[in-house]
Amino acid sequence: MKRLGPGLILALVFGFAFLYLPILVLVAYSFNASRLVAVWGGFSTHWYGALMGNEALLDAAWTSLRLALVSATAATALGTLAALALTRYGAFRGRTLFSGMVLAPLVMPEVITGLSLLLLFIALDVERGFWTIAAAHATFGLGFACIVVQSRLMGFDRSLEEAAQDLGATPFVTFWTVTLPLIWPAIAAAWMLAFALSLDDLVVATFAGGSGAATLPIRLYSAVKRGVTPEINAACTIMIVTAAVVVISASLLMKREQLSDR
Amino acid sequence: MSGRGATARRLVVALPYLWLMLFFLAPFAIVLRIALSEVASAVPPYQPHFEGFSKLGEFLSGLDLGNFKTLLDDVLSGDSLYGASYLYSLRIAALTTLFALLIGYPLAYAMAVAPKRWQGALLVFVVLPFWTSFLIRVYAWMGILGPEGPLDKLLMGLGLTDEPLRLLNTEAAVLIGMVYSYLPFMVLPLFASLQKFDRSLLEAAADLGATPLTAFLTVTLPLSLPGILAGAALVFIPCVSEFVIPDLLGGPDTLMIGGVIWNEVFSNRDWPLASAIAIALLVVLVLPLVLLQRARVARERAA
Repeated sequence: MKRLGPGLILALVFGFAFLYLPILVLVAYSFNASRLVAVWGGFSTHWYGALMGNEALLDAAWTSLRLALVSATAATALGTLAALALTRYGAFRGRTLFSGMVLAPLVMPEVITGLSLLLLFIALDVERGFWTIAAAHATFGLGFACIVVQSRLMGFDRSLEEAAQDLGATPFVTFWTVTLPLIWPAIAAAWMLAFALSLDDLVVATFAGGSGAATLPIRLYSAVKRGVTPEINAACTIMIVTAAVVVISASLLMKREQLSDR
Repeated sequence: MSGRGATARRLVVALPYLWLMLFFLAPFAIVLRIALSEVASAVPPYQPHFEGFSKLGEFLSGLDLGNFKTLLDDVLSGDSLYGASYLYSLRIAALTTLFALLIGYPLAYAMAVAPKRWQGALLVFVVLPFWTSFLIRVYAWMGILGPEGPLDKLLMGLGLTDEPLRLLNTEAAVLIGMVYSYLPFMVLPLFASLQKFDRSLLEAAADLGATPLTAFLTVTLPLSLPGILAGAALVFIPCVSEFVIPDLLGGPDTLMIGGVIWNEVFSNRDWPLASAIAIALLVVLVLPLVLLQRARVARERAA
C-alpha cells in the first residue's frame, strides 16, 4: 500500500469539506442570537427554546416518527417475503411481473409514484391521511428492503436449512429457527433504510397525504419556502445530530460484531 | 412438499404480490387511464370514462388522446413549455452527473488507496449526510447562497468579488444543490470499483515506461468504467425528475419536469395532463435508461 500523496490528501480534504461545510454552517447559525442570517449576534440557545414551544413542528415530528415506524415495519415484512420468493422459489407463475414490480419503485421518479398513488386513493374514495402515506411509504420501502435481504439470502449456506429439515423440522420451524436468525442483520438494515426513507420523504407524502396529515418534511418544506429562520436551523441541527449518533453507533456496533465473528 | 408447506409458500408470494398489485400496478393503470381522459372542473378534476367491462367497446372509443396531442403540439411548437422543461431537466441532470464525477472521482480514488483501517470510517462519513434529511441539506445551501449569506461575505471579505453574487434562485444554485445531494451515489460505486482494482497493474505500466498520467488514462480509468457508469446512472436517473432542489434553490427560469407535474397537479389541477406528462417522462427518459442499464449489467455478467 503506497502512502497518500499530497494530491490525494487534497482530494479527501476538498471532498469532505464540500460534504460537511454546509451542514456545519447550518449548525453554527442555529446558535446565532440574531434573527438575521447575515448578522452574527453572539451565541444563544434561544431558538432551541422557541422550537420546544412550536407545537405544530413537534406534532409533525411525532407524526413522522409513527409513520416511519409503521411503514418501515410493513416494508421490511413484505420485502423479506418478496426476497424469499425471489431467491428460493425458482420460477413461479408471474415471477417476471413480480420482480419488475418490486424493483420498479426504486427507479420510479417520486413525482410519478406520488401522482399515481394520489389517483388511486381518489379512485378508491379513501380519505387521504396518515394511513395512505403509510401505505405509500411501505410500497417504495418494500423494494429497498427486498434488495437488502436478497443480498444476504444469496450469500447464505443452504445446507444449514437442509440439515434442519433432515432432522425433521417443518419448513416453518426451519425458517424460524435457522433462516431468520441468520438473515437477521440484513432485516435490521432493511428496516433502518426503510425507516430513514420514510422519515425523509416529502414528495410522495404530499401527494398521498393531502391535507390529512402533516409530516415533518411537509411542515419543514412550507416553513423553508417562506425563508431561512434560526428556529428551523435549530430543528435541523437536532435532526442532524440524531442521525449522526444513530449512524455512527450502528456502524461501530456492526464493526464490533464483525470482529467477534472472526 | 406437504400441503401446509405449499400453502405457506403460496402465502409468501401472495402477500407482497397482492400488495404491489394494489399499490403499484393499479395506480399505474389509473395514471394511464386518466392520461387518456379530459379535464373537468370538478372534484376529482377528471372525467373517468370507465364504467365496467360490459361497456368496454364504448370505453375504448371514448379514450381521448387529447392530452398527448397537447403535449406533442406543445413540443412541436417553437415556444414550448413542456418540451423546454424536458430538455432543461436533461441538461441539469447531465451537468450534475458531470460535476459529481469530477468531484467524486478524486475523492473515491483517494479513499480507495487510503490505508485499509481508515476506509471504513471514510465510507461512513461519505454516507452520513445521506442519512440526514434531504430537505435539510438543500436548506443548508439556501442559507449559504442566500442574499448576504456566508458565501458572499467570505468572497467579498477575501476581496475576490466586489458585490454579492446573488447565487440563490439561479441555475448555479440548482447545480450546487444537486451535486451536493447526489454526490454519495457517485462516490460509492466508484469506490467499490476502484477498491477492487489491482494496483500492481500501475507498477507494471510504470515499469514499461508509462508516465503516471498515461498509466491513469490507459489503465485505471478504463478499469473503473463500470463504477463510473453505475454512478452516472444512480445520479442521472433521479436527477431528471428532481423536484425539491430546483423548487427551493432555483428561480422561475429553472423549471424542471418534476416541477411541471407538481404544478399541473397542485396549481392548475389538470390531472389528465399531469398524467400524460408522467407517462411521457417514463417512456421517453426513464424506460430507455433502465433498459440500457439492464443490458449493461447483463453484458457484465456474461463477460
